[in-house]
Amino acid sequence: MRFLKMDLRAATIAAALTASLGLAAAPAEAKVDGDTIILGSAISLTGKYSTNGIHAQNGYELGVKVINDNGGVVVGGKSYKLKIVYYDDESTPARGAQLAERLISQDGVKYMLGPYSSGLTKAIAPVTEKYKIPMVEAEGASRSLFTQGYRYLFAVLSTSEQYLASSIELAAEIAKKNGKKPSDVKVAMAFENDPFSLDVRAGVVDDAKKFGMKIVIDDKLPRDLSDMTSTLTKVKALKPDLLVISGHSKGAATAARQIAELKISTPMIAMTHCEAAKIISKFGAGATEGILCPTQWAETLSYKDDLFGTAAEYDALFKKSFEGYKNVPYQAAQATAAVMVWKDAFERANSFDSEALRDAIADTDMNTFYGGIKFSPAGNNVAKPMVLRQIQDGNLNVVAPLKWASSEARHPRQPKY
Amino acid sequence: MLDNISILLQAPIFAVDLLVQGLLIGGIFVLAAYGLALVWGVMNVKNLAQGDMVILGGYVAYQCTLWGIHPILALPIAFVVLFVLGWGVYATIIRRVVDRDMFTSLLATFGLSLLIQQALNLRFGPEVKIAEAGFGTFDIGDLSIPAIRFVGLGLAAILAICIVLFMRNSRMGQAIRATSQDPRAARVLGINTDQVYAFTYALNAAICGAAGVLVAMIWNIQPFYGLVHSIRAFIIVTAAGLGNLPGVIVAGFGLGVWENYSGFIFGAEFAVAAVVGLLVVVLMVRLFQMYRLRQVVR
Repeated sequence: MRFLKMDLRAATIAAALTASLGLAAAPAEAKVDGDTIILGSAISLTGKYSTNGIHAQNGYELGVKVINDNGGVVVGGKSYKLKIVYYDDESTPARGAQLAERLISQDGVKYMLGPYSSGLTKAIAPVTEKYKIPMVEAEGASRSLFTQGYRYLFAVLSTSEQYLASSIELAAEIAKKNGKKPSDVKVAMAFENDPFSLDVRAGVVDDAKKFGMKIVIDDKLPRDLSDMTSTLTKVKALKPDLLVISGHSKGAATAARQIAELKISTPMIAMTHCEAAKIISKFGAGATEGILCPTQWAETLSYKDDLFGTAAEYDALFKKSFEGYKNVPYQAAQATAAVMVWKDAFERANSFDSEALRDAIADTDMNTFYGGIKFSPAGNNVAKPMVLRQIQDGNLNVVAPLKWASSEARHPRQPKY
Repeated sequence: MLDNISILLQAPIFAVDLLVQGLLIGGIFVLAAYGLALVWGVMNVKNLAQGDMVILGGYVAYQCTLWGIHPILALPIAFVVLFVLGWGVYATIIRRVVDRDMFTSLLATFGLSLLIQQALNLRFGPEVKIAEAGFGTFDIGDLSIPAIRFVGLGLAAILAICIVLFMRNSRMGQAIRATSQDPRAARVLGINTDQVYAFTYALNAAICGAAGVLVAMIWNIQPFYGLVHSIRAFIIVTAAGLGNLPGVIVAGFGLGVWENYSGFIFGAEFAVAAVVGLLVVVLMVRLFQMYRLRQVVR
């Protein structure tokens, strides 16, 4: 009897285990639930990247809403709605990777959208690669993401080495216009010692080398940057023609403030993240006059598509849809573009098979309000250039590339300190 | 590196620039380090949340600017707010670890540091913030020095003098000094050491808060920036030697100057490394001094 009891207990446990396994297996079919296609994303809703994480989430949501309102995604003659399942990665890479694993293996998500930042994307890409799940990402620009031979990773944004390279080209053009040789241009560089900024630096160094420019300062800034006095004193001493800086928002805020305080007179200054650091409103139009700021996207560009219309129309729609935005951050625009890539791929592949979808994404060639999207074999977008804007009388005006420029670059910059 | 040294030799004005800028920021380092020396010396608590309290003070200044209060006026506000908060922290956390071994106090203050960081992140978000005082720049010959740095040094000096006078002349100051010399004897003589500890910790928090206001006016603040300020304070106190107030002042100013020079010569990425390197040298010199001392005693 006792043995029988034990057997019964064992059987019950076995049955329970089988049932739970069955339950766990069930959601694996959840990639398409009725007439809804489910996309997944682990994204920073809390923690140090939460500001941009939420911008990106808003971008995704607007993409989904507009696509669903305009007939959804048509696969095999039937219209499907899009839905995104989010998890909060708390801005930590390890958590991001864990949640990507959970989305894929537990929740059965077969179509991924990226997280925020290169670091998180780097953590998640090996997971999506392992399960052969295509991921369209919009917020990881680091060059190193596209040198690993990943097959299932696609990025709609321009990679980081292009961020400030355009400023070197502009400096060369201006030098030529002023009757000087581009190789006479002296460049000072100050980059944060993190993967993103070092990629930006690599792009600058490559371009400077191309023109034979001389790099007179090559400083790496610490991660907890709050004082650039020593670097800027060097700038005062060596009087370069171009100063390029990249160190996320804090780098831009520190640099903009101390450039004004120390009255740096370099004729051309370019830095990343001007907009995120809100340098114009923080330090005034006079102090920031003439600073060049690269951006992935601007609402004044003449890009357009059938779904959102022009960049300006997207800008207006976004502001109407989400409260509290005076400017639409490019992080949101590119997130929307990533959702558009998925819609396009589903319709061209006409299938839910992830391998067919991966191939369809790889063949993407579309124009959007965010710019052209066409992926290189490495997965980065090669159809969209980086845009350079200049602070002119307190406004950010597009000055390069010339094709999309709305005003002419002012040189030398004439700040009022 | 040699190029950079040659700039300083060819145009000594930049050497002067770095020296002045370094001295001006050194004053703020001294404040936070003095607070740490106080808590360390009196209570034997290594406060890992030191830098986070500085940042917290900075956010008080930032919040005041949002309310339209000038950041200079935020200094007394931050002092009082952090004093009250420091007392609360002592009563809830520090009191329980003050007699325990070193690791307990390290762990407790590390936890406190995380708590402050996350609370600030939750309230103010992860972006860097500043409390703009709008004082412009002083031009002295070829030198351009932000006026706020002079103001910061002046305020730090006034505060430091007040604290020193308080420690020397007030009843509580005497009690603090007595407790730091021998807590048991102080207790026997009727000093309420628990209250002394609470006051000391609260005073340290208040000093940090004031330093934070200066940091927010001169540089910028972010919820996770506390660590650098903690490290600086620890380095200064270690280099100065415990209980050595003039040492803290010299080490604080020296650190400010050394950071600027090493940032200039070796590049900004090595500024902190150079500071830690200097600490190693100081500790080694101390060690040899002690060897000699021991031989004499023997």
